[in-house]
Formats: sequence, C-alpha cells, structure tokens
Amino acid sequence: MNIRIIKDKIIANAMLILSVASVSFVFLIGIGLYWRAAPLFEGHTLFSLFSTSEWAPSKGKFGFYPFIMGTLWVTLIAIAVALPLCLLMAIYLTEYAKPGIRKVILPLVNILAGIPPVIYGVWGIFFVVPIVREYLAPQFIEYSSGYTVLTGGVVLAVMTFPILVSIVSEVLRTIPKELKDASLSLGATKWETIKKVVLKRAFPGIMAAAVLAVSRAFGETIAVLMVCGNVPVAPTSVFDAGYPLPALIANNFGEMMSIPLYDSALMFAALLLFFIIFLFNLVSRIILNRIEYKFIS
Amino acid sequence: MGIKKRKTEEAIFKTLMVLACILVSSSLFLIIGTIVAKGLPYLNWDMVSKVPQGGFYLGKEGGVLNAIIGSLYLAGGATVLGLLISIPISVYLNIYLKKGSLLSKSAKLAYDVLFGIPSIVYGAFAFSIMVWLGVRASLLGGIIAVTLLIIPILVRTLDEVIATVPKELKHAALSLGATRWEAAKVVLKQIRPGIYTAILLAFGRGIGDVAAVLFTAGFSDNIPKYIDEPAATLPLAIFFQLGSPIPEVQGRAYASALILTIIILVIVFLSHVLATKQNKHKI
Amino acid sequence: MTQHPLISVKDLNVHIDGHHILKNINISIPDKSVTSIIGPSGCGKTTLLKTFNRLLDDTANVTVSGSVLVGDEDIYAPHAEVTHIRKKMGLLSQRPYPLPMSIYDNVAYGPRIHGIRKKSELDVIVEKQLKDTSLWNEVKDRLHTPAAKLSIGQQQRLCLARGLAVKPEIILGDESTSALDPISTHKIEDLFVRLKEQYTIVLVTHILRQARRISDYIIFVYMGEIIEFGPTEEVLLYPKEELTKQYVKGFIS
Repeated sequence: MNIRIIKDKIIANAMLILSVASVSFVFLIGIGLYWRAAPLFEGHTLFSLFSTSEWAPSKGKFGFYPFIMGTLWVTLIAIAVALPLCLLMAIYLTEYAKPGIRKVILPLVNILAGIPPVIYGVWGIFFVVPIVREYLAPQFIEYSSGYTVLTGGVVLAVMTFPILVSIVSEVLRTIPKELKDASLSLGATKWETIKKVVLKRAFPGIMAAAVLAVSRAFGETIAVLMVCGNVPVAPTSVFDAGYPLPALIANNFGEMMSIPLYDSALMFAALLLFFIIFLFNLVSRIILNRIEYKFIS
Repeated sequence: MGIKKRKTEEAIFKTLMVLACILVSSSLFLIIGTIVAKGLPYLNWDMVSKVPQGGFYLGKEGGVLNAIIGSLYLAGGATVLGLLISIPISVYLNIYLKKGSLLSKSAKLAYDVLFGIPSIVYGAFAFSIMVWLGVRASLLGGIIAVTLLIIPILVRTLDEVIATVPKELKHAALSLGATRWEAAKVVLKQIRPGIYTAILLAFGRGIGDVAAVLFTAGFSDNIPKYIDEPAATLPLAIFFQLGSPIPEVQGRAYASALILTIIILVIVFLSHVLATKQNKHKI
Repeated sequence: MTQHPLISVKDLNVHIDGHHILKNINISIPDKSVTSIIGPSGCGKTTLLKTFNRLLDDTANVTVSGSVLVGDEDIYAPHAEVTHIRKKMGLLSQRPYPLPMSIYDNVAYGPRIHGIRKKSELDVIVEKQLKDTSLWNEVKDRLHTPAAKLSIGQQQRLCLARGLAVKPEIILGDESTSALDPISTHKIEDLFVRLKEQYTIVLVTHILRQARRISDYIIFVYMGEIIEFGPTEEVLLYPKEELTKQYVKGFIS
C-alpha cells in the first residue's frame, strides 16, 4: 500500500469521527440542557411548571404559564400574518410572474433573511410600535404602549417572510407541469387550477413550511424581546404585552447565579425551546424530504 | 358558475397576490429606510474610529470601534473555525459516503434540526459548557457559541453546492487513479465560488447575532488584545445603548444599527456578485 | 476466440436496490481490439461497463458477486486496491467533464498524483497525449487557459488525453459521443480505431451504426443478460439468437 492510500484512509477515518460527533451533537445539547434543568424537577412537577402563573424565583416559584402563552400568542400572530401573504406571493411568483420580476423580487427577499434580529428590533420600535400605539390600538382600547404581542407578531412575521416564500415557492415548483396542463385543458382557468390542483397537491409541503416558520419564530429572541413589553402575565388580547420564553432566558441569564434553582429554571426554558423545535423540525423535514423523493424518483 | 364570475374571482386573487408581493418586498425598504432615517443624523467619524471614552454612556465622547472590531474578530474567528469543521463534514457526507447510506441520511436530518435550533439555546448551552470548564465570558467563549450556530449553516450550504457538481467529475478523477481525498480536492476546487458564498452567509449570520453572544462574549470598552478577554459586539452595543434613557446614547444606538446594516448589505452584495459571476471552470 | 483475453468476467451478478441488474455474466473481452456493448436502454450496458473499474462502488445498496479478472488480477478480490485498478482503465463518459483547471493541468493531473513532479517530464507527457488525440495543434498556444473554454468536442478529446496520460491498458467509453456533433463524433471514432493498436477498448453505445463502424466484437445485452457475443460481422449480419435478430432489425429498442 502506498502513502497516498494510507493518507486517504486516515483522512476518511478522521472525517468519519467528526461527522458522527457532529450528528450526535443534537443529542448532546438535549442531554446537556436536561442535566442542567434537572434540579428543578425535584420540587416541581412538569404539570405545575406549565400550569401555574406565579414567577417569583426568590421564593422558589416558577410558573411558566405566562411565558408559554406569550410565546404562543406571538408565534400564532406571526404565522397568521405571514402565511397568507407569503402563500399569495409564492403563487404569484411561481405561476403568474414573468421571470424578470422573479429575478428582482427573490433577491430582495433574500436580503431580508440576512438582516440581523437586532435591526428588526430597532425597526419594530420605531415603525411598528408607533403604528400600533397611535393608529391600531386606539380603535379598540383606550391606551396601549405599543409594546404588545401584536407588535412582536408583526416583527416576527416579517422575519419569517424569507423562509416561507422560498420554501413555498420551491414546493410549488415541484408540482409537475403535466398535472397543471391536464387541468387547464379541461377548461379550468389558471386560478381554478391553482386552487383545486396545485394547492391541493402542495398542501403537505405548505404545512411543512409553516411548521418550519413557526419553529423559527418560536426561538427568535432579541427582536421579540425589544418590542413585546416583557410583562410576565399571560396576554388576553393582541394589545396586551407578552413575555415569550426566549426573552425570559435572555433577560435573566446573567443575574441568576445567586438564587437557587433560577439557573435550572432558565435551562428548563431552553430545554423546552429545544425540544419543541426539535420536534417541529423533524416533522416538517420528514414531510419535505418525502415530497422531494416522490417527485425525483 | 358563469365564466364571468370565474374570471372575476381570478382577477381578485391576482390583485391580492400583487399586493402581497408589494407588501413583502417593501418591508425590506421600510426596515432599511427606518434605520437610515434614524441613524444617519448620529453617524459621524468618531463613531467608527474611536472606542468609548470616559463618560461615553452618559453621552460624552467616543465611538463604537470596540464593538465593530469585536464583531469582526468574533464573526471572523467563528467562520474560520466553522469552516475547518464543516468542510471535512460536508466532504465526508457528500463525497466519501455513498448516496443514500444510513449515516448520510441521518446526518441530513440532524443538520436540519441543528439549523433550526435558536441561537439563544446555543448561547445557553455554550455558557453552561463555559461554566463547567471555568472559562469566563470572552472572545473565545463568543467564538465557540457562534461557531456552534454557524456550523449547520455552513454544512447545509456546502451540501447544496456540492450537490450541483455532477458525480461524473468525481468519477473522472477516480478513474485516473485518484484516491477519494484527491477526488474530493477536485470537487472542492470546482465549487470554490460556492464556498465563498457559504463563508459570507455564515459571517453575516455570525456578525448579526445577539442571543448567542449575550452571555458568552461579555462586553468591553476596549478592543480585545487576547482571545481570553471579553469583547464587545455591534448588535450587543446597539441593544445596550438603546436601553439608555440619555438621548445621545440612544442616538448612537441608531448610528450603530446603521453601521451594522451597512456591513450586512455589503456582505449580501458581495455574495450576490459571487453567485452571479460566471465560474471559469463551469462544466 | 483467437486473441488473448484481457478482461474475463466470471459468474457476475449485480443487484441494485434489490433489483437483479446483471444476471450470470460470463465473458472474455479480447485484448487490443474494440468491443462494443449494445442493447436497449436500461438493459444493464452501463452497469456492466462500471463493474470493470468498480465505479459501481459509489452507489448505495449494490451487491456484486462473481469475479472480474483484468490480466491475472481479480478486481473484486477482498484485498484488491481499487485506486490501482482504476488507473489501469481510462474512462470516457457520456459528455466531457474537464477538471476545474487548465488544459495542461488536466492532462498532467494523473501523472502528477502518481508521483511525476518534474516539469520537463510532464511537458513531454502532455505534448504526446495531446498529439495522440489530435488536439495539440488546436491548443498548443493556450495550454494554460481553463479547459472549460474549449468546445465540447475538444473537451471530450482532452478527457481522452487525460485518461491516456496515466498509461492505462483499457479504455472504457460510456456512450462517449452522445453529446457531440457529427464531426467531433467522427474524430473520436477515428481515435478509437487508431488507439486499439495499443489499448483494449470497451464501448457502450446505443447507435448500431457506430458499433458497426468501429468495433471488432459486439456484446448484445438484453434485460441484464448477455444474449450474444462475437465478431461484429457475425452478430450484426448473421445473428444466432432470435432476440439479437429483432434488435438488429429494429423491432426492439
């Protein structure tokens, strides 16, 4: 055996170890977070952590209910705003738009993906917050600071535009042209074809994209923290402030060292995020991969 | 249903689609417009050329050079470290392994999950490791957290780029008696522009992230000289200054946001140029 | 067979994803001649060709049983060194895939990885191979420009030169002219005929007229089995098997 072949074998083994290690990193994170969060479970049941509302670390009370609700409100508002817009946009870009328009718009959406969260936050404070405070909220309630779950949801919606538009467009593009032609040649209009054939066929893919976007919104920290108000009370309307889980971690991480279990509680929040996102990603990726294989083979 | 009504429905939805397009694309200009309008009045030479002087956080003299340099160090260090780890992984998964093998399939899935994990979780995880190892918040800590964050980005982008190389190119090298490693080098050469794009993407993500560096990098008014010193980052400087009640300090937050946006736009522009530039070895 | 065989295949079976792609292949391919593998698309021609240089190893879920002897060496023996085996065979694929480097470096790539470093030596090899593939006069003034700048026909000849530079014994062609225009096709075919004095050439082709023009022997493969093997004239003009007759007449394709 000559030196080149020995070199190739050594490199192969080194890379194999690196690859396996990086794959098992997913589990390492999960186990690491669990290990740090574990002390919390000694005095608290999972049910009590999820269902109680009192957050008083110095008294040993850790109710996650307000934070979970804050996260849910913000995320659901975000997806409710973003999904219809992005769906319409993706349909337009793949089915109606001329290639020239697509070439201009898609890079713009991609730039949006590159903008850092903190910039979204600054924009939220100076653009979305005033609109909510001055124009939207007064229509419904007497006073709002503008720092609400609605504001957070809108900022998050804009942040999820790129991922939604790109994945939904991709899913729509996998629909075979023959299928559309078959519908069109039966006398359906283009819109009817889209509505009854394309969207029906693309439904699992669109759902997968939505789940991915939700998981992205779920974990977003800084931008939401900056515009959400951060009041640890479960919101009851879109004009209430909210306090999502990632913001809880970010705001308190530095200060928790002296209070017992505080650290574990925040790690529990991180574990919760990790677990939900792990699940969401897994499900949506499995759906997306299945679509890919179906159309490729 | 009459044809007229069907056509009207189509027209309505088409209008909605155009509106959605306008709304979504205009959000970019709204964001950049807001940042420019807010930040430009406060942007001056001191901002990008000086570190904070005495009383900076009360509105006195100085700039955010410490944060700019800190961010560049941090994102640069993490990108280099990330590449050293992710290139071998992508090469192994895509070039060494057979297509459709169990490891390559599970790795794809694992990287999709890692890609989706929010930066705050990476930050918290890296912080726990640092506490465990006794490393204090420093440039090194920040680099580790950001590296964790960008490895999945790099691996996934490289995956996509390598997938565009026809397998016959690899076969051509192999049938000349090249080893797999030598064939991999040929493929890497073929995708060089794609590697640059991946680097820019990872660097951009690294320079803009707050949540991962919040507890890991610390903050300092000085430009770090060693890797174990705390380092300021631009996004964190924005975040902290924004919380100040003093108008001058807030103004600097806007100016810092503008600086960060400009850096990001330059990165996006560069990668766009790279992506559209003709590869001179195009097959 | 009067000529001494260079490649001998014994009881070769190939399964891919559970499908039986090649069934009980037994064949001896004569040395220093052109042998064409013909047959309808999807019949296993290309798979058969890829078993010769073990490029099949690169696909998942493939099982190969039996043996392929090249000279006296069984390339599927447990300790066979695949890199060494591949060096013995130049591959010319369906369309040219120049390596991402200059014309000169493409030809010099093989010799370089096999240890030739001296520029004067490499210069000689590059010039010889480019002359052998009738490319020298067309490219001698731009040896250091990217190979991708050449026309597709020139690229294919460059790939042939690149393969010859590692001194193979065998040239494998996988429908090597299917992406080329008639003039470039003609040049490649001429080269094959000229090169068979020094090399054993095995081609996969779906063009019967091409097989007739350049090959000495023909293997007809159908549904993963070898139906007929013999000198070109015999197989094409006086086929023994009914299936071959139907294929040659164009009833099955």
